[in-house]
Amino acid sequence: MNDMRYEAPDTIDGAVALLAGGRGEVRALAGGTDLLVQLRAEMIAPELVVDLKRIPELRSIAAEDGGFRVGAAVSGAELGEHPGVKALWPGVVEAVELIGSTQIQGRASLGGNLCNASPAADSVPAMIAARAVARVAGPAGTREVPVEEIAIGPGKTSLAKGEIVVSVLLPARPARSGDAYLRFIPRTEMDIAVVGAGVSLTLDESGVCSAARVALGAVAALAMLVPEAAAALVGTTLDEAALERLAAAASGACRPIDDKRGTKEYRIKVAGVLARRAALIAAERAGRS
Amino acid sequence: MAKIHVSTTINGDAVEFLCEPEETLLDVLRDGLGLTGSKEGCSSGDCGACSVLLDGRLVCACLVMGAELGGCEVETIEAMAHGDVLHPLQSKFIEHAALQCGVCTPGILVAAKALLDKNPDPSETEVRYWLAGNLCRCTGYDKIVRAVLDAAADMRGS
Ligand SMILES: Cc1cc2nc3c(=O)[nH]c(=O)nc-3n(C[C@H](O)[C@H](O)[C@H](O)COP(=O)(O)OP(=O)(O)OC[C@H]3O[C@@H](n4cnc5c(N)ncnc54)[C@H](O)[C@@H]3O)c2cc1C
Ligand code: FES
Ligand code: FES
Repeated sequence: MNDMRYEAPDTIDGAVALLAGGRGEVRALAGGTDLLVQLRAEMIAPELVVDLKRIPELRSIAAEDGGFRVGAAVSGAELGEHPGVKALWPGVVEAVELIGSTQIQGRASLGGNLCNASPAADSVPAMIAARAVARVAGPAGTREVPVEEIAIGPGKTSLAKGEIVVSVLLPARPARSGDAYLRFIPRTEMDIAVVGAGVSLTLDESGVCSAARVALGAVAALAMLVPEAAAALVGTTLDEAALERLAAAASGACRPIDDKRGTKEYRIKVAGVLARRAALIAAERAGRS
Repeated sequence: MAKIHVSTTINGDAVEFLCEPEETLLDVLRDGLGLTGSKEGCSSGDCGACSVLLDGRLVCACLVMGAELGGCEVETIEAMAHGDVLHPLQSKFIEHAALQCGVCTPGILVAAKALLDKNPDPSETEVRYWLAGNLCRCTGYDKIVRAVLDAAADMRGS
């Protein structure tokens, strides 16, 4: 750690060139709320830290094709103040706003939450449910990657050396759509999710669910999409039987660990309960009467 | 390793300093610049004792690298009182005995001021959520919350 270098380029190409050219361990820096904790704990000892916050594309939120492109280093506080994103994807915004305290919100980013690759990262199930796509820039050019393909294991990503997430596209959505994210923690604030559940759905004119995506966090090595849970909703009015099937499918998909925050059995049970509650909130936001 | 030269603004004054890449904003303030009002409780973002404003946003100084500060504006607890004239929050903390050992107090004052600047009339619940990242091991929080609500009422002139 003694000979760590710090660079703050102002272009994507500059950041990619620095990260690709680093000889030893290199790290991108967004809000630093994971990175500085890991440095301090000596979990990582990078030779080079590349601060991404001076790159305009990583700091802006722009409307795009009816959705929003959110810069990977935009802070939770900035995202929460954006009325457009909040109106279109309230579930994603509420998930980001659950990250840490007011102080953490001042810095923590969507890109950092995604790339830190914690199975319990709060924004990730909500982004997966939202069909969000990450724009990844690297030495070989730019590629578009569904957010569920960024983390490949706890603390591990599919990003190659020199690659960074530039932004995340939260896409346009049909009328009568809504999303929601709920997490369960032992306290009311400042804790790590025992289970997180994100649901995004669309209703047709008669109130029947025509499309749904359900994603769970903290119940397996990766946040994951649960297609069986979504299938339980499609074609229904979210009646009791459909919600029962949703909860059973969500619980059935869990491959959790036991830890001080919750046992396996508990997490499996809570995943079903949260998926069900999140689906009802999403439906209400979609205009269900 | 060469030190990094940083030009920044702290409490309205232009400041230049040299720092190592591994030094945090909290290290720079306390050890480099002698601004010891910001406290170090945990150095992991959990306690809020190091709360400062960075470009107008409430952050933990222990989770910011000193090297990041080029061109930024930092505001610390040292900017809160004007000479001997205390900020209403500071007066109310004394009046309500909202502190014992005082280690959490600068961070809580900075955080509470950030809240009142944004929302002059917060509910008790809003105060408690806003301050959830500021830990106090002495007071049990109740007096802190009362002091903030009372200061807010005073500042609104009611
Ligand atoms: C007190 C506290 C409470 C917390 N509470 C929560 C919580 O409730 N829920 C939760 O999910 N998390 C929580 N966290 C963890 C953390 O705040 C989040 O994961 C946050 O979103 C990380 O974002 P960041 O911008 O600070 O990332 P950084 O720390 O800057 O980066 C995190 C990792 O991602 C990499 N990275 C960052 N940006 C990019 C990019 N654009 N491209 C490629 N790689 C990148 C970095 O190299 C690093 O490895 C908490 C942390 C603290 C300290
Ligand atoms: S010292 Fe920074 S949050 Fe505790
Ligand atoms: S007064 Fe001692 S920690 Fe708050």
